[in-house]
Amino acid sequence: MNRLMVWLPLGVFAILVGFFFKGLTLDPTEQPSALIGQPVPAFELPDLNTGQLLSRDMLPKEPFLLNVWASWCITCQVEHPYLTKLSEQMPVVGLNYKDTETAAKNWLQKLGDPYALQIFDPTGRLGLDLGVAGAPETFLVDANGVIQLRIQGEVNDRVFAQKIQPMLETIQ
Amino acid sequence: MIPEIGHFALVLAFGVSICLAVFPLYGYLTNQNGFCATAKPLALLQGFALAVSFGVLMYGFLAHDFSVKYVADNSNLDLPWYFRMSAVWGAHEGSLLLWALILAFWGVAVALFSRGIPDHMSALVLSVMGMISVGFLAFMLFTSNPFVRILPFAPGNGADLNPLLQDPGLIFHPPMLYMGYVGLSVAFAFAMASLISGKLDSTWARWSRPWTTVAWAFLTLGIALGSWWAYYELGWGGWWFWDPVENASLIPWLVATALMHSLAVTEKRGLFRSWTLLLAIAAFSLSLLGTFLVRSGVLTSVHAFANDPERGVFILGFLIVVIGGSLTLYAVRASKVSEPGEFGWISRESFLLFNNLMLTVMAVSVLLGTLYPLLVDAVGGGKVSVGPPFFNAVFVPLTAILVSGMAFGPLAKWRQSDDPKLYRPLIVTLIVSVLVGLVWPSVLDGNYSIGTALGVTLALWLAIATGVDFVKKVGLYGGLGATFARVERGMIGMWLAHFGLAVMIFGVVMVENHTEHRDLRMGVGDTQQLGNYDVRMTDLAVINGPNYVADQATFEIYQGETLYKTVTPQKRRYNASGMVMTEAAIDSGFTRDLYIAMGEPLGEGDWAVRLSVKPFVDWIWAGAFLMGLGGFVSITDKRYRKRIKEEKAEAAVEGATA
Repeated sequence: MNRLMVWLPLGVFAILVGFFFKGLTLDPTEQPSALIGQPVPAFELPDLNTGQLLSRDMLPKEPFLLNVWASWCITCQVEHPYLTKLSEQMPVVGLNYKDTETAAKNWLQKLGDPYALQIFDPTGRLGLDLGVAGAPETFLVDANGVIQLRIQGEVNDRVFAQKIQPMLETIQ
Repeated sequence: MIPEIGHFALVLAFGVSICLAVFPLYGYLTNQNGFCATAKPLALLQGFALAVSFGVLMYGFLAHDFSVKYVADNSNLDLPWYFRMSAVWGAHEGSLLLWALILAFWGVAVALFSRGIPDHMSALVLSVMGMISVGFLAFMLFTSNPFVRILPFAPGNGADLNPLLQDPGLIFHPPMLYMGYVGLSVAFAFAMASLISGKLDSTWARWSRPWTTVAWAFLTLGIALGSWWAYYELGWGGWWFWDPVENASLIPWLVATALMHSLAVTEKRGLFRSWTLLLAIAAFSLSLLGTFLVRSGVLTSVHAFANDPERGVFILGFLIVVIGGSLTLYAVRASKVSEPGEFGWISRESFLLFNNLMLTVMAVSVLLGTLYPLLVDAVGGGKVSVGPPFFNAVFVPLTAILVSGMAFGPLAKWRQSDDPKLYRPLIVTLIVSVLVGLVWPSVLDGNYSIGTALGVTLALWLAIATGVDFVKKVGLYGGLGATFARVERGMIGMWLAHFGLAVMIFGVVMVENHTEHRDLRMGVGDTQQLGNYDVRMTDLAVINGPNYVADQATFEIYQGETLYKTVTPQKRRYNASGMVMTEAAIDSGFTRDLYIAMGEPLGEGDWAVRLSVKPFVDWIWAGAFLMGLGGFVSITDKRYRKRIKEEKAEAAVEGATA
């Protein structure tokens, strides 16, 4: 066989590797959410703990995280300690999504309650308006109540460093 | 405590795999038989350790040990025991463990059944398999450990297995598929061993042929099971979607098919040596690439598993080492491969070359179609998707060309085979096939379809040509009956597989062109016509399953006035995840499937209902089953058993002359 031809497969593979490497830095699940740059949708839902009716105007007036969670969600349990730590740094508003009151309250009692407010959304109405696909999801909302970032899945050190931190720096 | 045993066994297997990768290779290079001899015991030990590890994880599922994160994420107190078993490979970490276990299993098989192969050779083969194992086990231990625990607050219940995967089809599909994927590592290891040793004659082809065939057979069955699962579980009634995950299994299958055929040439005639080596490397490399594509999240797919770029980087690094390394070794060594012997323009060699050419082109086009969205995205072209129209436009004509060659190939003789008499029976069979093919669509209801005419002609031609070859060869031995046993099993396997392809093509052509399909609004008491049947919805009920609640409709299917069958499709809502799944009711038959699936509730007790008649759809999987069966039959060939003795005799002669 030709001396040069035998190197061809390796060459083709090398080119593919280049593309794969580039491909890894692209995120296929990154859905350009229609809500980025939009204010949080209007809502009137009770607070899980106090029963007080909450609305959009009562959200914090500084950048905060809106965390969609449920007691049936295992990953929510995994990210919970991290959110608890984060809550010392910035307010975290909970959106208890498609859950029952008792289960949600028990969960908070057992694992601790770092949330500034706890929107109770058993039917998932606000979740629907937010375009939530499942729990957990976390939105970064700025001081004007505009959604800046959407994170599907667990919030952890890496997500904070790569996504939340840079966005916080740009909006502050 | 028990999960730690599994974790420990996994770490042990990792250590053993490092030894397996290093010792025999060192022994070979320094000519120390003692080191070479460690290969077999180490392969067995690795198999044992991984079996323990796998068993422990399965125990975790059966015993509801939710302190293990993987169990908590993929199981539930209400999940039936058989799905708890299959849940072991229902997600990323567990399916990797299954992958590693099967790789170890193939290593054990090589260790046990390679007595006919010189010790230094089997040591090299096991060493190469050990290297692959090191990579996979490191990947598991460092990025995807299934034994990670949630302590001290273990959840009281789990998140449940993805309802899509709660299906009998999924109990068998991944193990079969992995047997195929990973089985290709044996042919790869043999190719690498021959490249390392520089012994580049055709002996390695002889040794690796049965391994390749059996891996190919598993891969065939695995893909067919996956397609069957998609057909009745995804609720769309399709059988192939050209999804990246499906393509990731089809590409190695195409290359493995080419490899099987080219190994035959290399073994029998000593030709295509360099090409066969490349195919062996490519087949396994493409299996690995498929794993990378599916596991790294580089491509999106309906089989959306958890993605993680860190894992992607790890697998990519692993791919670079394995594929890059093997291709470099190939490039260095293969230029020295001699290609003795020649063959005529029309000969069995030339037909097999044609086969290889077509299969390679098919594999490359599927690969390009699969990667195209990634390539475009990488150069900043945005997100695009390549759909079935591309794949069908490319794949269908290529298949047609390939199949027409398949009619001639088996009849041709080695070296030179241009005697027209050999192919005379094909003229008659072609005329018969064309006539039947042209008439066939007009027998069916509805519009005349040229596609059906061509497809049926092709399928029939292949079937009859295979039959002609069968009659000729069996005839050589004096007719059917007692003398049948004298035909090589490899031949029988080939006939089965080729005939299976004809059956499958017929099924595909019929389903794609003649499916009758209607979406309707139906309530209790409504009757609709479906083919020759009347379908009446007689009841709607709510059913409580073990871990789901279902809306269930009852349909009575009438043939004229008589009740033919009662079926109950369901729309299930799984409790833990809230996911909604469609359970279609399928009445399978020899010539057609009746397919009834519930869509959405439309209010007032009415439902959107999907009714289909799918002609000959089961022939697709029956054909694939025949192909797989052909593979299994051919490895029972006498010569693979006899070889052990011959090989020893040969070795003795070699030893004497050396």
